[in-house]
Amino acid sequence: MPHKTFFAFILPSLIAMVLFIALPIVSVVVQSFYVEHGRILVEVENCQPFGGCTKEVRVDADATARLEQEQPLGQFNGLGTYLNRGHLAVNELGAIFADNRGLADVLTRIYNLPFYKALAFTLVFCFVVTPLAMALGFLIALAVNTIPRFIKGPVIFFSLLPMIITPLVGSLILYWMIHPQGIIGATIQDIFNDPRLSLRASPLLTWLSLLFYGIWTNAPFSFVVFYAGLQTVPADTLESAMIDGASRWERIRFVIMPHLAPLATFVALVQLMDNFRVFEPIVGFSAEANATSLSWMIFNDLSGDAQLFGSAGATSVLTIVGVVILLLPVLVRTWREFNHKVV
Amino acid sequence: MSDSIALRRPLPLKLIVSAFIVLWVILAAFPFLWTVWGSFKVEVDFFSRESWWNAIFGTNTIKETGSAFTGDGYYGAWVTREFWRAVFNTAIVTVSVTIISLTLGTLGGYALARSGQRYAFWILIAALVFRAMPHITLVSGYLLPFFQLNIWGVLPTSIIVLVAINQPFTLWMLHSFFLSIPKDLDESAMVDGCSRFEAFRRVIIPVMWPGVVTTGLFSFLLAYNDFATTSMLLSADNQTMVPKISSFLGSVQEQGNVMYAVAAVVSATVPLFILVLFFQRQIVSGLTAGAVKG
Repeated sequence: MPHKTFFAFILPSLIAMVLFIALPIVSVVVQSFYVEHGRILVEVENCQPFGGCTKEVRVDADATARLEQEQPLGQFNGLGTYLNRGHLAVNELGAIFADNRGLADVLTRIYNLPFYKALAFTLVFCFVVTPLAMALGFLIALAVNTIPRFIKGPVIFFSLLPMIITPLVGSLILYWMIHPQGIIGATIQDIFNDPRLSLRASPLLTWLSLLFYGIWTNAPFSFVVFYAGLQTVPADTLESAMIDGASRWERIRFVIMPHLAPLATFVALVQLMDNFRVFEPIVGFSAEANATSLSWMIFNDLSGDAQLFGSAGATSVLTIVGVVILLLPVLVRTWREFNHKVV
Repeated sequence: MSDSIALRRPLPLKLIVSAFIVLWVILAAFPFLWTVWGSFKVEVDFFSRESWWNAIFGTNTIKETGSAFTGDGYYGAWVTREFWRAVFNTAIVTVSVTIISLTLGTLGGYALARSGQRYAFWILIAALVFRAMPHITLVSGYLLPFFQLNIWGVLPTSIIVLVAINQPFTLWMLHSFFLSIPKDLDESAMVDGCSRFEAFRRVIIPVMWPGVVTTGLFSFLLAYNDFATTSMLLSADNQTMVPKISSFLGSVQEQGNVMYAVAAVVSATVPLFILVLFFQRQIVSGLTAGAVKG
């Protein structure tokens, strides 16, 4: 295909991606170097007929608005936002490492810094949910593969629901069930005979319920992909494994699993990318007191009364760095394969 | 092969497998059935302090309304709180996003599939990186420019943004789909005197519908399920369903009208149910297409 035709075909799509994905990334980086203007203060003398005069410092709303109009980005702050307490917290980290009482103390104090708290949950969510959801999906695929054909349709229908559901809606549906007055929450209180037991009250239980939600909503994807993969397992290989005396488990371990390995890499990649942006369940579960994620931090900065563009920008840049690190193995491999092909 | 003795499963294994499947189906389906059922009850029943049997029999629903089922939650959400407006907006956004992303995506995906150039490969890799960007990081880049340009809060802005966010995925999916259509087809059309675009229009478009339908389903889902973008980019009057539900949560919980939110959530689930019901095969094939080929 000549270059000209190629670009004629792809131009609309390319323009959309450059304008609304590439440029915003640049815009985020620029924003992260700026910080909101301080309010312009004026000293006003207030004189009353009998009270005498008092001096009062007031916010000059007009001047502040004018300044914001002129420089909407705010004032230049360099790397200040990155290093402050809300983000990388360099000074606080230094203080913690300089003076602490053992490893446990260091970890709790680092966990109390907002950015590291969000990072911790995001990473745990990514690396706990992804493998467990894949394992569950694989088991469901193996099980569904053995059942009679006429039940397969309905089973696949119901299995798709947790994945296809809007994340916020899905997490609300689960949240209402584990609510202390919902069916599961109330039953758990009954079982443990503790009327104050609530999944929201303890950080551990909040994390567990969020992780459960993650596995619930992620498992169907692995199931569908693995189930399709199972249909392509060569029957000859399975048969020869059986003739060689391989047990049921050995057939799964040495024939089916290696056959599905490339699919597993693909599923892991997609789910890691998606789980790294975990956000809606935290809103749905109202879990922000006990669990926050990087995406939630950005959302929180932007949705407050005063929108903190600088702070949101810095968190966004750090998140993008995280995504790139996550993708790096894949990118390096693709790069090598591509060069190999060309040479 | 199912007749072979070696493949026949022992009874305990069969039982375990059946039990596991039943357990999974309950886990996957019960939350939905429970919420749909509960949405027709009053709040004291659905969030019962006494016993969840109240939610099943509707004890307090009968006391308050005289019948075991009530549509109060739906009336409150759809009429009092004007949820229909959000439904209408969602319809506009999802339909426009699907149509526009498919138009851009088929053109781009076709070009990527037919060009063996180095830059085609790089565009695909860039799309992969873009696909991984959390949407909210992009949103924080949009807000300030959109305020400045005065295009914040209206539906067209959100539609264009969702189309762009959707492009990387659409390109990948349609690219791999077009690879499966033999090159000979459009090349012979060009030998017969068609230009590249004519070949695309007369030869490729008639055979591309299965792939386009599948990709369209996923574009629709992305637009329908989005919360991060629409909640930040739409003003309160123009909200689509998902941000509307989230704004219900804040205002409604204090007033004791949680059932409005429950009714709204069920209303937002119904279209997805119908979608899976009719397009199950396409959704499954779409999910696996990327995996098996990529």
